[in-house]
Amino acid sequence: MQNVKDSLLHCHRLDKPIFRRGSGNDPLISFQSLGAHEYPEFVKIVEVGPRDGLQNEKEIVPTEVKVQLIDRLSDTGLSVIEATSFVSSKWVPQMADHTEVLQGIRKSPNVRYPVLTPNMHGFQNALAAGATEVAVFGSASETFSRKNINCSIDESMLRFEEVLNAAKDQQIPVRGYVSCALGCPHEGPIDPSKVTEVAKRLYEMGCYEVSLGDTVGVGTPGSMAAMLRSVTREVPCRALAVHCHDTYGQALANILTALQMGVCVVDSAVAGLGGCPYAQGSSGNVSTEDVLYMLHGMGIQTGVDLSKMIAVGDFICHSLNRKTNSRVAQARGSQL
Amino acid sequence: IFILFLVLKRLPDRVKIVEVGPRDGLQNEKTIVPAETKIRLIDMLSDSGLSVIEATSFVSPKWVPQMADQMEVMKGIRRKPGVSYPVLTPNLKGFQAAVEAGASEVAIFGAASELFSKKNINCSVEESLQRFEQVMVAAKAAGVPVRGYVSCVLGCPYEGKVAPAKVAKVAKRLYSMGCYEISLGDTIGVGTPGGMSEMLEAVSKVVPVGALAVHCHDTYGQALANILVALQMGVSVVDSSVGGLGGCPYAQGASGNVATEDVVYMLHGLGIQTGVDLPKLMDAGAFICHSLNRRTSSKVSQATHCKL
Repeated sequence: MQNVKDSLLHCHRLDKPIFRRGSGNDPLISFQSLGAHEYPEFVKIVEVGPRDGLQNEKEIVPTEVKVQLIDRLSDTGLSVIEATSFVSSKWVPQMADHTEVLQGIRKSPNVRYPVLTPNMHGFQNALAAGATEVAVFGSASETFSRKNINCSIDESMLRFEEVLNAAKDQQIPVRGYVSCALGCPHEGPIDPSKVTEVAKRLYEMGCYEVSLGDTVGVGTPGSMAAMLRSVTREVPCRALAVHCHDTYGQALANILTALQMGVCVVDSAVAGLGGCPYAQGSSGNVSTEDVLYMLHGMGIQTGVDLSKMIAVGDFICHSLNRKTNSRVAQARGSQL
Repeated sequence: IFILFLVLKRLPDRVKIVEVGPRDGLQNEKTIVPAETKIRLIDMLSDSGLSVIEATSFVSPKWVPQMADQMEVMKGIRRKPGVSYPVLTPNLKGFQAAVEAGASEVAIFGAASELFSKKNINCSVEESLQRFEQVMVAAKAAGVPVRGYVSCVLGCPYEGKVAPAKVAKVAKRLYSMGCYEISLGDTIGVGTPGGMSEMLEAVSKVVPVGALAVHCHDTYGQALANILVALQMGVSVVDSSVGGLGGCPYAQGASGNVATEDVVYMLHGLGIQTGVDLPKLMDAGAFICHSLNRRTSSKVSQATHCKL
């Protein structure tokens, strides 16, 4: 099988793609042409496995394993690794060890380790634990907001403004998330204008980047394109990211669409960690390995080493005693 | 707005799904399935709105034991009017057996890689094309349409990278011989959107895009992204397999065919018509997975059958 694996590696590398500086949607991003479309030359991967991934795994993972996971991820070339969440351990027991994790990890100089902070209390704890970047989580769906964080969208925005103000004082960058950007488990389809409203609010309050999440993975390239068309009228492309769930197998197609529309930041989780809490037994996050495979195959740079990522995926799946969700890892003959 | 135009405008209004589960799918499943089960599967698929269902393969049972019951299956299925049931025929002998069994459409399988051709069907690409010419002559005489397949269009398990020019050459040959449609197969699923568009650009110069289909494997999770790019380039025929049946013989334990349910979900989400009733399709998928005692590879099925 060795020959086969070598030739697979070989045929997956594109011969010199043709790069040209296109205008795309934003003069600050370099684009390259492939076929009829322009794609960014570089895509930043935001690794959410240790937080979004583990948060949705049933088994409580020991702190030691979380720390090891993050340390290993730090060596893969990633520049952003979402480390943990300063939410109440009553709501999210998996993240109860947030302080130990943040203090236990080896902080690589080229990597940032944002943490979730739902409110001022969480923000202060995060700061005390040494956080240098935080994230706030809004929703495009009222029902989801109420069920998930027990308040309306407006109320959540007020909470976040407090956090943003405190963060500004401390010069802590804040990333904003908008969940249910392509559909809500309770409300069904979500109007793109609502996503735009929330994204704009987060951006104007000071979030440097807004990640648009297809929380239940129901989106398809059509709804992704329509949503982005609306959002990019109010928030510049370079400040946007997509956070696609693969629950219906649509993630890579949706990510491709986002890239075609000028987005150049993609959230993903190593080994596709994290099931979907709204569809028992289904997959959740898209696998970082599969995203990397697609991007590298298209000649798009990420700075991340795919083989190292597969090895980290093997490690965490072994620790969780579960199979990887990454098709690339499965094909490359992961031992699990 | 221009970007949105580029992303969505080029998409076809309608896409024809060629369901290959009963043949390509089952062929790559370890468990041998009785003829009765195959017949029931095909009948259920016929009721789901599909217009093309690849029923079986007239290859020697020595090579493909799963298809040994080819006659029985062909004669046992209910032929729904308006639905086509093509069968694979590797050579004249297979063709004759197929016609005898009542086949009214056949398919022939070429490769864009010499090594793959030799290892898979024991002859060079040129030799295989000559065998196919015999089949074409007989098919023309019998008024039987022929579909051509080209495998390894985005990579070969033995040769590695495959030149788009080679794919174009083989596709052109099959088309000129008389194949009404050419299905371009990413046999080991290694392709990505860049390779797909490069390859299609080369092929569509020599074969009209209306006569092209894509047959993407999901071994590396790239299938839907590759299909999307193909649609954007004007392709409007997509091969897929219910439940994502059929693993990859070149990557143990890995997935193979893309799941029809997942393709249909994407197409319907894009407003593209397929004629397929997704719930009925999922029923067929559930049936065959149950018979094979395996989990579906379709994420849509997994998500839908889960408790919300």
